[in-house]
Amino acid sequence: MGIYLPIAEISVNVFVLLAMGAAVGFLSGMFGVGGGFLITPLLIFYNIPPAIAVATGANQVIASSFSGALSHMKRGTLDFKLGGVLLAGGIVGSTGGVFVFALLRRLGQLDLFISLLYVALLGTVGGLMLVESVNALRATRSGAAPVLKKSGQHNWIHRLPLKMRFRASKLFVSVIPVLGLGAGIGFLSSIMGVGGGFIMVPALIYLLKVPTNVVIGTSLFQIIFTSAYTTLVHATTNQTVDVMLAFLLMAGGVAGAQYGAKAGQKLRGEQLRALLAILVLAVAIRLAIDLFVTPPNLYSLTAAGLN
Amino acid sequence: MAGLRTFAAVSLLVSLAAASPAMAQTPPTENIQIGLSTDAVSITAGFSGADLTIFGSLENPDPLVARQGRYDVIVVLEGPARPVVVRRKDRVLGIWVNLESETFENVPMSYSVATTRPLQDITEPNSYKQLSLGASNLYMQPAEPDDSPTTIEEFTAALRERKAATGLYSENVGGVQFLSQNLFRATVRLAPNVPVGTHRARAFLFKSGLFIKESSAQLEIRKSGFEQSIFRVAHDYSFFYGVFAVSLAMLTGWLGRLVFRKD
Repeated sequence: MGIYLPIAEISVNVFVLLAMGAAVGFLSGMFGVGGGFLITPLLIFYNIPPAIAVATGANQVIASSFSGALSHMKRGTLDFKLGGVLLAGGIVGSTGGVFVFALLRRLGQLDLFISLLYVALLGTVGGLMLVESVNALRATRSGAAPVLKKSGQHNWIHRLPLKMRFRASKLFVSVIPVLGLGAGIGFLSSIMGVGGGFIMVPALIYLLKVPTNVVIGTSLFQIIFTSAYTTLVHATTNQTVDVMLAFLLMAGGVAGAQYGAKAGQKLRGEQLRALLAILVLAVAIRLAIDLFVTPPNLYSLTAAGLN
Repeated sequence: MAGLRTFAAVSLLVSLAAASPAMAQTPPTENIQIGLSTDAVSITAGFSGADLTIFGSLENPDPLVARQGRYDVIVVLEGPARPVVVRRKDRVLGIWVNLESETFENVPMSYSVATTRPLQDITEPNSYKQLSLGASNLYMQPAEPDDSPTTIEEFTAALRERKAATGLYSENVGGVQFLSQNLFRATVRLAPNVPVGTHRARAFLFKSGLFIKESSAQLEIRKSGFEQSIFRVAHDYSFFYGVFAVSLAMLTGWLGRLVFRKD
């Protein structure tokens, strides 16, 4: 069944979009990520203009992360204070990102920049996670007790000033890295159409040493607001949010997310991380191939005067 | 004086007499008219392209020429013109990057042609050029005319090729059919991504390869009620549209959890 998207101005198949939403929703529920890093490239592969894929991706992420955050709130695995500080940084980063987005679009380099960012970030994060989780898996298999970080162990981040106590996370750290992390993720959110969970989750675990069970809920919490803000700014400055497209993705997404969350509970932490790492790397490789392979069309048309 | 006036009257009579047999010999000139059954086409949610039928008539056709099939009709549906940037990707450090670009003013967003016969069989390439008829004869005005002619030519060709590949520039040979000596029907293709706005339908009449007459009509293509409202709101009230998009997402997330809850 075809449907005409009012903002993207093309006809698409409803079922393809619903299935896309459901599949990504399942994975996002399972791994506690918003799924934006999968939705946006998938939409681009499906010929949705990248500018619209990014803005609409951000809109879709709100639904899945809202749904996920509700589950975590009920279980008490959500640190509102930490989420709030991350969010403050996120708003600043997101505003900057939307302006860079509009500039790149005018220069005709938006698509390239989006792809490069995806490849670099997904490749790095996926690679690091894979190495770490495989090591952890090996350690458990060989019978050795998993090397858990001790709260006494500190890295350079813990020597920064302006410390703040986050009770739910059992954490006492400087707000500088928290704000910085939030800002960086806000920037990526607006340029890549992602919530940033795939960076947030490992950063909270490895850099700030937040307990894994609190990480996902807190990450989802801040993603709701960062992507809501990104959606608003894209809607007002670029008019690239397609509600029809977003709604179809969400409808499939929220259904998939609940099943994914259930499936995720059956897996161990390091198994989950290894799978997520493989998924992230796969997307990165797919996008990297597109950068190097001779495109079928060397020429592209865009309306002039679009910002 | 009287003699002179008589002479004038006589000469008038003579010239009338000379003119009337001549008028009887030249047949009345042919004319072409087209009519659209509607002046607006609405694109609805299910729109995936459509065929637009345009009816037209030939006035005063020469029965002999008509019988020999030497009348040809070309119908064009031309979309609104907008400026377009054509970009070319080149390899930089192994990565394909948009490097060169060329901007063209007033490029018709869409251009669908229907003809009685293949274009090259109807008339000379030169007369197409003069009429600027056919996608390959459309003049694309470069925004920077000082760029090298080869570059402009290359990007113009690329522009036409991309437009054709996306179905926006199309040619329907045999899309114009004569239903009788006077009546013809033209079928032009509306691509799924047909631009909204004022389109112009033009019909060109050729007789034995010679251009005779042109006729045109206007057609408004717009999004139908719901899609149009969404588009309007997104552009005119973009902040409220954004708030709506966010609320819709939260509502869907919450409802989805209620319906599909697994914990």
